[in-house]
Amino acid sequence: MLEIKDLYASIEGKEILRGIDLTVRDGEVHAIMGPNGSGKSTLSAVLTGNPAYTVTAGTVTFNGKDLLALSPEDRAHEGLFLSFQYPVEIPGVSMVNFMRAAVNAKRKYQGEEPLGAAEFLKLMREKREIVALDGKLANRAVNEGFSGGEKKRNEIFQMAMLEPRLSILDETDSGLDIDALRIVAEGVNRLKRDDNATIVITHYQRLLDYIKPDVVHILYKGRIVKTAGPELALELEERGYDWIKE
Amino acid sequence: MEPLRQYIDLYNGSAVAFDVDTPTQLTALRQRAINTLQRGVPTGLADVLSPDYGINVNRHRPHQDAVNSLRCGVHNVSGALYYTAADIMLPSPVVRPLEGVTVTTLREAATEHRQWLSRLASIADVDDTAVALNTLLAQDGILVHVDEGVNVAKPVQLVSLGFATMPLLAASRLLVLVERGAGLQLLCCDHSDGSGVANLALRVTEVFAAENSTVELYDLEETDSTDSRVSRTIVNQAAGSNVLVDTITLSGGFTDNSITVHVNGERAETTLLGMAIESENQRVNNRTLIAHHSPRCMSNEMYKYVLNDSSNGSFVGRILVDEGCPCVEAYQGNRNLSASPSARMHSEPQLEIYTDDVRCSHGSATGQLDEQALFYMRSRGIPEDEARTMLMQAFVADVIDGVRLESLRDRLRLLVERRFHGELADCAACRGGKSPN
Repeated sequence: MLEIKDLYASIEGKEILRGIDLTVRDGEVHAIMGPNGSGKSTLSAVLTGNPAYTVTAGTVTFNGKDLLALSPEDRAHEGLFLSFQYPVEIPGVSMVNFMRAAVNAKRKYQGEEPLGAAEFLKLMREKREIVALDGKLANRAVNEGFSGGEKKRNEIFQMAMLEPRLSILDETDSGLDIDALRIVAEGVNRLKRDDNATIVITHYQRLLDYIKPDVVHILYKGRIVKTAGPELALELEERGYDWIKE
Repeated sequence: MEPLRQYIDLYNGSAVAFDVDTPTQLTALRQRAINTLQRGVPTGLADVLSPDYGINVNRHRPHQDAVNSLRCGVHNVSGALYYTAADIMLPSPVVRPLEGVTVTTLREAATEHRQWLSRLASIADVDDTAVALNTLLAQDGILVHVDEGVNVAKPVQLVSLGFATMPLLAASRLLVLVERGAGLQLLCCDHSDGSGVANLALRVTEVFAAENSTVELYDLEETDSTDSRVSRTIVNQAAGSNVLVDTITLSGGFTDNSITVHVNGERAETTLLGMAIESENQRVNNRTLIAHHSPRCMSNEMYKYVLNDSSNGSFVGRILVDEGCPCVEAYQGNRNLSASPSARMHSEPQLEIYTDDVRCSHGSATGQLDEQALFYMRSRGIPEDEARTMLMQAFVADVIDGVRLESLRDRLRLLVERRFHGELADCAACRGGKSPN
C-alpha cells in the first residue's frame, strides 16, 4: 500500500529526514517510536503534503501512485489520513460544513454524487458514536473550545467519516487521560479492516497496549534505525531510548 | 479645471430646471452648498469626482423594458418593495402598503406631508463636500415615515437601480423618520445595470429615531467595477432609541461611505456593523463617527474587510464622548483579512473622551488567512479554493450574524458565498432577470 524509499526532507533548509525506508501492507499496524526531534512528526507532515516541508530526495508510492506528486487534498482523496498531534481550531466553520465539504469532495473525486443533507447527518450520527463524540460538539465550530481529549476524539471521528486506506495517528495519545485513551483506541480498532492500515506515531508504549502493532520501528535522527515486532516497544519502555543512540 | 466648477456652472446655468418642484429645504441651501464647493475638492474625493459626469437634469425616466429586466437579488425579503432610479420613483412590481408606513417622494411629501419635511436637510452638514454637492444637485428623494407606536411587521425595501448610457452622477436624498415607540427595518440595495458605463451615486441619508424607537438600516451595495458611490448617512437618536446601521459592500468600484450618529438622549443603543468584500482594484472607505452627547448610552461597532487582488480598504472610526456623559459604554472593532500580497488596508481607530466613568475600547487587526487551518482542511480533502472560501466566509460570519432580519441574513450568506466563489457577475439576478436560486 505504502512504500517509502530513501526519503529526505527538510524545513527551512534544515534536514530532518535522512533516508527513510518503510513499507506498509494492507491490514498492518505499524508503530513508529523515537525520541523527541527524531523526525516522527516531520514524516507525517511530509506524507500528507504539508507545504512547510521540502522533500529533497526519495520516492513515496501509495496505492501505486506517486504520492509526492499529489496535492494534500488528492492524497486525502486517495485514502491518506493524518490524525493531527495538534488539531487546528477553525472559528466560524462548523463541524457539519467542514465534514460535508470533506466527504463530498472525496465523493466527487471518486465520481460519486454528493450526499444529501439527511443522509449526511445520519452518517455523522453513526460515526460520532464510534468515539462517543458529543452531538453538541458536532454542531460547533471545528475544534473551537474543544478540550484536548475532545479534539483527539474529533480526529478519530473524522477518520471514521472519511474511511481512509492508511491512517497516520500522530501522538494521538498525548493529552489524553486513561479513559479517553481507551475510547480513542477502541475507535481506531473498530475502524480496522483487512484492506486498510495504520501508522501509530508515539513516544510511549502506553497507546500500544490498546492498539496492537504488527511492526515497531525506531526513528532516530531522521532514519529508521531498528525494526522488529511488538516486543521492541516493550524493550523501549524498559530501557529508554539511550541504548539506540549508541 | 477644478472638478467641482462644472457642477456649479451647470447648476447656475439651469437653476430653474434644478429648483422647480424641488423641496424648499434643499433649494434654500443651494448657495451655502456652492460656498462649500468653491473651497475645492478634498483629496479623498478628487479621483472619483474628476470624470466628466452628466446629470439627468430633465429627469428622463429609464425605459420600462430596462426596469422590467432588472430585479434585486435580495428578493422575498421585504414586505414592501420600491424601485428607484436615483431620485426617481419607478413603478414597482410589488407594493403592498404597510399600515402606518408612508413611502413617498420628497416632492409629494412637500404637498401632502409638509410637517415631516421640516427635518429634511436639517442634520446633514453642508460644510461637507459630498453633502454640499448632493445639496446642490438633488431634485428629489425618498421619504420613509413610520407613525408613532407602529411596529412595522415586515421590512421596507428600497432598490436603487443605476441606469446609464453615458457616465452619470445621480444625486439622491433619503429621509427616514421613525416616530416615538415605532419600529422600522429598512433595506436599501444599490445595483447597477451592468452596462459598464460609469455611474456615480451621490447619496445623503438622514435618519431620525425618536424616543424609544427601533431602526434597522441595512445598506447593501452590489454594483460594478465601473461604478462609484459616495454616501453620507447621518442619524439622530433620541432617548431610549435603538439603531442599527449595517453597511455592506458586496461589490463595486469606488465606495466612500460615511456614517455619523448623534446620540442625543439617555439609554440609547447604537450598533454599527460593516462588511466589505473587495477584489481587483476595488476601493472601499468607511468613515464612522458615533457622537455620544448623552449619558448612560451604549454603542457597539464592528467592521470587517476581506481584501483580494489589488484592492484597497480604509476604515476610520471615531467615537466621541462629550463632557458630562458618564456611564457611556462604547466599543469599536475593525478586523481585516488580507488575502493577497498586493491588497492594502488602512485602519484608524479614534477615541475622543471628555468624561470620566465611561467604558470604551477599540481594537484593530489586519492579518492573513490561517495557513494551518488551510492545510488542516486540505488534508481532509477539501480543495484549496474551497477551503479558502470557507475561511473567508467564516471570517465575516459574525457580521452576517449581526443582521437581525432573518430573511436577509440567509440571503446574505448565500450572496457572500457566491461572491467568494467569484460568481458575482451574475449575482445579479437583478441583471439577468433570473432568480439566483
